[in-house]
Amino acid sequence: MAQDLRYTKEHEWVRVVGDLATVGITDYAAGQLGDIVFVELPEVGRSLAQFDAVGVIESVKAVSDLFAPISGEVVEANADLAGSPELVNGDPFGKGWMLRIRIADSGQLDALLDQAAYEDLTREG
Amino acid sequence: MTQAQDGLLATPLTDRHTALGARMVEFAGWSMPVQYAGILEEHRAVRTRAGLFDLSHMGELFVEGADAAKALGYALVSEPAALKVGRAHYSMICFPDGGVLDDLIVYRLSEERFMVVANASNAAAVSDALAERIKDFNVVLDDRSLATALVAIQGPLSLQVMAPLTDLAIADLRYYAIGDGHVAGVPALVARTGYTGEDGFEVFVEVASAGRVWDALMDAGRSAGVVPVGLGARDTLRLEAGMPLYGNELGADTTPYEAGLGRVVKLGKEGDFVGRAALEKAEADGPRKKLVGLAVRGRGIARHGYELFAGDRRTGVVTSGTLSPTLGEPIAMAYAAPSDAEPGTILEVKIRDQRVPAQVVVLPFYRRAT
Repeated sequence: MAQDLRYTKEHEWVRVVGDLATVGITDYAAGQLGDIVFVELPEVGRSLAQFDAVGVIESVKAVSDLFAPISGEVVEANADLAGSPELVNGDPFGKGWMLRIRIADSGQLDALLDQAAYEDLTREG
Repeated sequence: MTQAQDGLLATPLTDRHTALGARMVEFAGWSMPVQYAGILEEHRAVRTRAGLFDLSHMGELFVEGADAAKALGYALVSEPAALKVGRAHYSMICFPDGGVLDDLIVYRLSEERFMVVANASNAAAVSDALAERIKDFNVVLDDRSLATALVAIQGPLSLQVMAPLTDLAIADLRYYAIGDGHVAGVPALVARTGYTGEDGFEVFVEVASAGRVWDALMDAGRSAGVVPVGLGARDTLRLEAGMPLYGNELGADTTPYEAGLGRVVKLGKEGDFVGRAALEKAEADGPRKKLVGLAVRGRGIARHGYELFAGDRRTGVVTSGTLSPTLGEPIAMAYAAPSDAEPGTILEVKIRDQRVPAQVVVLPFYRRAT
């Protein structure tokens, strides 16, 4: 896990550069889901509201929602995941990224967890 | 067997699973490994090499006495009297109304001694029902579920890995046969049965011996790429092999005929048995629903409980689904109205808010080359 990230309680991570937020799920989440076989992401241009379910992640064993960590417009969705969903298991903070969102309100970042708080959350299980 | 900290039953191999990095989950009141390296990897290991399973949660019920065959013939839908000593068959125990209480493997250990293996989730109910049904016969029921551990090795290399560890001539052991001997020096019942669609063996031992058998198989199989396999891959393996799972394809609301397993019910056998009248009627009337295989022709996995449609008409429900690791395609089993159950029929599964096409296909999805 990297220090520059923010997290949701639903195990998404967010990396902010300028007004763009890159979003994925954490290694903890990927590990809990197991082998991921489908990722369904919102289309580019769609407007997302913070904490809404916006996508679906399917592993062999389970299906799970992807929640938007922050409000804004989808500017890019990781097209590689259609053919290689296993990237999420192999490199959840890198090649397994899911969305780039143009942040509507950076104040919403305050509602996210920092590194220490997220680690506490995963330790509790 | 020991109690885990959280009130769950623990198999004698729990410490080994934890040391192997397994993720443990609750299953039927037991703490069980759901996966080690990952479901896909474990699944492929079983299809191409072999995998080791801890199935100590399953129920082992021994029925012994002069009337053993007769008593089981009354309690179950199959005909255990027709089994030769050392052979086994797939069976079911049904409710009086014909619904399935559990599916079972019945092994004939001697003329007057049988072992009935039940699903962990139903072991207590099967034990109770058997006790009640056989009480007027000259037999004794010995529920050894908690005293018995079960280790299975499944996959094409099973024979090669296992043979040096046992005094039984397992190369000659036929499919659905069982022998009494030793594995890793401890007394064991070894059966050529399984739930994966591969060749393999199931080794029944006393709980205290389970560790020794597990370690010996792990050591013997390591260089051949044998890996431990959890319940997750066990489910994908059996699903590809078209094998039913109680609680999914089988239940109290389903008859063996609806599950496509009418051949298990021996209506021609002598004497009454629990469920006979209802099952005779069910066979005569024809099924209200039929179990089908589905090849899902779109993205997403059709999972247990998802609705199945023929046009606008709801025709049934998905009972199990996964991405087939072997085929690389989503597969499912489902119940459909008999008129929609012909192979080739295109139906639709409601996956979240979308209707995804799914074609009825002949089961199983996977059959090993023989």
